[in-house]
Amino acid sequence: MKPAEFYMRDRSLQPPAHHPGYKTSVPRSPRNALLTLQQTVSEITGPTFGHDDIGALDNDLTLNFNHGGLPVGERIILQGRVLDENGRPVPNTLVEIWQANASGRYRHKKDAYLGALDPNFGGCGRTLTDANGHYFFRTIKPGPYPWLNYVNSWRPAHIHVSVFGTSFSQRLITQLYFEGDPLILKCPIVQTIPDQQAVQQLIAALDLNSAVPMDCLAYKFDIVLRGRRSTLFENRLEGN
Amino acid sequence: MVQALPYLRESASQTAGPYVHIGLAPGAAGFHTFETELGQTLAPEGVPGLRVTIEGQVFDGLGVPIKDVLIEVWQADANGIYPHPEDPRAADCAPGFRGWGRVISDFDSGLFRFETIKPGPVPGRAGREQAPHLNLWLVSRGINIGLNTRMYFPEDTAAHAADPVLGSIEQRARVATLIATATGPSTYRFDIRLQGEGETVFIDV
Ligand SMILES: [Fe+3]
Repeated sequence: MKPAEFYMRDRSLQPPAHHPGYKTSVPRSPRNALLTLQQTVSEITGPTFGHDDIGALDNDLTLNFNHGGLPVGERIILQGRVLDENGRPVPNTLVEIWQANASGRYRHKKDAYLGALDPNFGGCGRTLTDANGHYFFRTIKPGPYPWLNYVNSWRPAHIHVSVFGTSFSQRLITQLYFEGDPLILKCPIVQTIPDQQAVQQLIAALDLNSAVPMDCLAYKFDIVLRGRRSTLFENRLEGN
Repeated sequence: MVQALPYLRESASQTAGPYVHIGLAPGAAGFHTFETELGQTLAPEGVPGLRVTIEGQVFDGLGVPIKDVLIEVWQADANGIYPHPEDPRAADCAPGFRGWGRVISDFDSGLFRFETIKPGPVPGRAGREQAPHLNLWLVSRGINIGLNTRMYFPEDTAAHAADPVLGSIEQRARVATLIATATGPSTYRFDIRLQGEGETVFIDV
């Protein structure tokens, strides 16, 4: 059987491992060329997830760390689709997010920023896409925060996003930024991306039509994973 | 202008950052939002196969162990079958075998450790068999795009000689970076070096 391979990753859209402007990447980047591999069953398969893996409130960060009240900050809906490069929806795939709270502080022992912790905000969520590749979270818009890359580096408001797809070679972690944030283009981590259109693709759009009046604003963020080849193999008569 | 092609473009990767545990291993980050922490068990009790323990460290270019790395493992069962519909033998995969797990390094020492079963050999392209291996994917602060590599088992020397992926490594001295060391009965050490002397072979999957 011939494997249903994925399109070659377009490295011109992806950050290189070594990017001196993001200092931590300097000692943590391989210097040898990656080994070119023709995909096998090891690469075209990957973990699958089901509704047993997910709890009822896992996709609502305004409620899933409730210690007697609601979190502080701008309430937002975050939704979009997971698609592949062929524009096909990726159903039933796991999407996980993590983020700082409204003051830019993470609930993590190593985060010592003076922005206050929020007793009602944990900062992580997860969900499965539906049959149409659609996902939905409710959360709080995170604040920007400082970090010591250069002495006065600030991260734009962002949410970390992890997606599986249908195979281990589609595995992706990225970050979502928010429309209109002037910090985006000044950020050394954003600047690791060599393609301006690829940067724009990581900026979620304000979507007033999806906002809930008197409750929350909404942002739309689609995620694109590598596409699977659709060569017609003898054992897949309908294509794929 | 020529016609436009219909493809979308893959979203760009960004580093998982220093707080990846909040999202992907919240129990380890010290809080329990979710009922289940995903990826804790690659092979539950009762899944057939040789039970093995693997430990190691991930070193940066200065030889310092990385204490905030997260590794995902994807592997076949003892018969070399993946629990996934794209494996033509998936129906025969060991019941209850997940094949996927998340491993984090200790926040103080950088040591990671996990238990699983040894996978069987896996079919490769054009009828060539691949030696038993674990597929690994590493993310951390400073890693802009997740790094893929493989871990092979030291006792399979004959299978290594025939393995098409190991065979494609031009600098033969680097093959050893993908092979674990036995440290005891069914216990292995596998260190990963991101850069510098002994840099691990990373794979463009
Ligand atoms: Fe962050």
